[in-house]
Amino acid sequence: MSMLESAAAPVARGKIEWLPVAIFAVLALAPIACAYGAETYWLGLFTSVMVFAIAAIAVDLLCGFGGLVTFGHAAFVGIGAYAVAIFGAEGITDMAITLPAALAVSAIFAYLTGTICLRTKNVYFIMITLAFGQMAYFVAGSLAPYGGDDGISVKTRSTLFGYAIFDNDRAFYYCVFAFLLASYLLCRALIGSRFGRVFRGARDNPTRMATIGFDVFRYQRVAYVIAGCLGGLAGFLLANATEFVSPAYMSWQRSGELIIMVLFGGLGTLHGAILGAASYILLESVLGGVTENWKLIFGPMLVLIVLFARGGLIGLFGAIKRKLSHD
Amino acid sequence: MEPRRTAASRAMSFTLFIVQILNGLQFGVLLFLIAAGLTLVFGVMDFINLAHGVQYMLGAYLAVMFYTLTGSFVAALLLALVAALAFGLLLEFTVFRHLYDRDHLEQVIATFGIILFLNQGVKVVWGAAPLSLPIPDSLSGVVVLMPGLIYPIWRLVIIGAGLAVGLLLYILVSRTRVGMLVRAGATHAPIVSALGVDIRRLFMIVFGFGTMLAAFAGVMIAPILSVEPGMGDSVLILAFVVIVIGGIGSMRGAFIAALLVGLVDTLGRSFMIDILRLAMAPSPARTVGPALASMLIYVLMALVLYFRPAGLFPARGR
Repeated sequence: MSMLESAAAPVARGKIEWLPVAIFAVLALAPIACAYGAETYWLGLFTSVMVFAIAAIAVDLLCGFGGLVTFGHAAFVGIGAYAVAIFGAEGITDMAITLPAALAVSAIFAYLTGTICLRTKNVYFIMITLAFGQMAYFVAGSLAPYGGDDGISVKTRSTLFGYAIFDNDRAFYYCVFAFLLASYLLCRALIGSRFGRVFRGARDNPTRMATIGFDVFRYQRVAYVIAGCLGGLAGFLLANATEFVSPAYMSWQRSGELIIMVLFGGLGTLHGAILGAASYILLESVLGGVTENWKLIFGPMLVLIVLFARGGLIGLFGAIKRKLSHD
Repeated sequence: MEPRRTAASRAMSFTLFIVQILNGLQFGVLLFLIAAGLTLVFGVMDFINLAHGVQYMLGAYLAVMFYTLTGSFVAALLLALVAALAFGLLLEFTVFRHLYDRDHLEQVIATFGIILFLNQGVKVVWGAAPLSLPIPDSLSGVVVLMPGLIYPIWRLVIIGAGLAVGLLLYILVSRTRVGMLVRAGATHAPIVSALGVDIRRLFMIVFGFGTMLAAFAGVMIAPILSVEPGMGDSVLILAFVVIVIGGIGSMRGAFIAALLVGLVDTLGRSFMIDILRLAMAPSPARTVGPALASMLIYVLMALVLYFRPAGLFPARGR
């Protein structure tokens, strides 16, 4: 059985799942623990974990539930980030303007590219999403008034109706937390709905879904647009978190990292994407602290995870739980 | 008003055009050497090998190492090919073999891990600074192709070597028994296996051959590019563009698409600004031109896939 097929058991109704609750509880309490350590460093690290978790959830929605392996999702993150940078350079920092603009441009880009990409299947889909990702990357590099290849710094974080709610690091943390929770709940509701069942059905057998009478293409395109908007949201927050934007945000390696995060946590679970983003970023920072050659350790780890730990961290949790209940 | 172009400047731009066409051919041939192995491995084994690019890089590094040891380019080339083959087979034996039955996503992640490892590995072994390999003395000069048109011999050697390899591959694939099995394997692997062919052995041969082609490309390009960590990454993506445009598993498609991508990319980069200036003011043309030139091959790929979702020459049977 392949990883794609094994993933994504339907979301159970009525029963509380403790793992997602625990994940969000830990994230909600993390700033308190951070206050006892190097606060700015850890708070920043957890903020970027949550930002990338939003993008990873979007990728999980497409990969895990729709079987659409997107290799260009960093483009949406970049679009969201550049919306902040470009409006900022023109003197507009209010998120009442910049956030809807970021989401709208992401949605339009997703709609147009999705219309073309979704005509193709399997590896051709991977490659054509990569192609559009690369196009976005080169466009960003050509924005000479906004830094070109070197990127551009974001001088002031976004405001809301004039209030600088992102200026305090802890307040910013909880804003990102709220966005992550909302994205997670939105995707969860989507997956559990009738729409989600059609979308999942199209992953397992598109011909059958079409025969029943569903226009598979349109369902997939709607999901692609939603995932694109979530990517744009992540980019909007990322620009505020790093206060810097560059074309590197859109490189194909970034898109690959998003897929790795999702696989790390476990495909087709949504909260696995959060765990994956957390473990990827924490591992990178821990290993990076141990040795500058951290990739010598990280590379083989990826190989081992694929060979031996199928189903990611979530799969590992499941295996441990089964073992405990057997004893 | 723009001054009228003189006859001399027109001749200049014509030679420039010829030179850029030759450069495009040389780039296309290089891409073909890499894409050939990639499309074979992909077509026959249904295996996405992102690590193909680092094998090209490794070929270049090994050649530099053996050149410093032996002082002879030919010896360095041969030793590098053997060493790259041995290393490729080692990777096949320890890692890739276990990935053939997995889905594409898992193959992408595992081979991405190998990229990270090897890119960092060459940095540790040979240092992060770019290395270089000298062109063999007898082939290091320039040659006069036409009055006013000189061109480096080595680049012509690359073009010739690439075309020779292309011909060799054509004969191998279409005229020999192994080639027949490879073609059959590309479209009907389970049936070939059921007919009693040792498919694992076939896979190993194909994989080893692909690895050597990538390493060969690395050795040939090393004298005109700097040998540095990560040099395989951008080439890898271009090779994927090539095999997707050509149709996965199709050698003919890879050849034509490689030349197409090489020419479009090279000509786009040299003439895009001039072309845009026909339609817009010089200053926006200078801004838009380079970006559009970099995007050109991806636009080409998107167009091809839009009209032919399985590439220009889809391998029959899938």
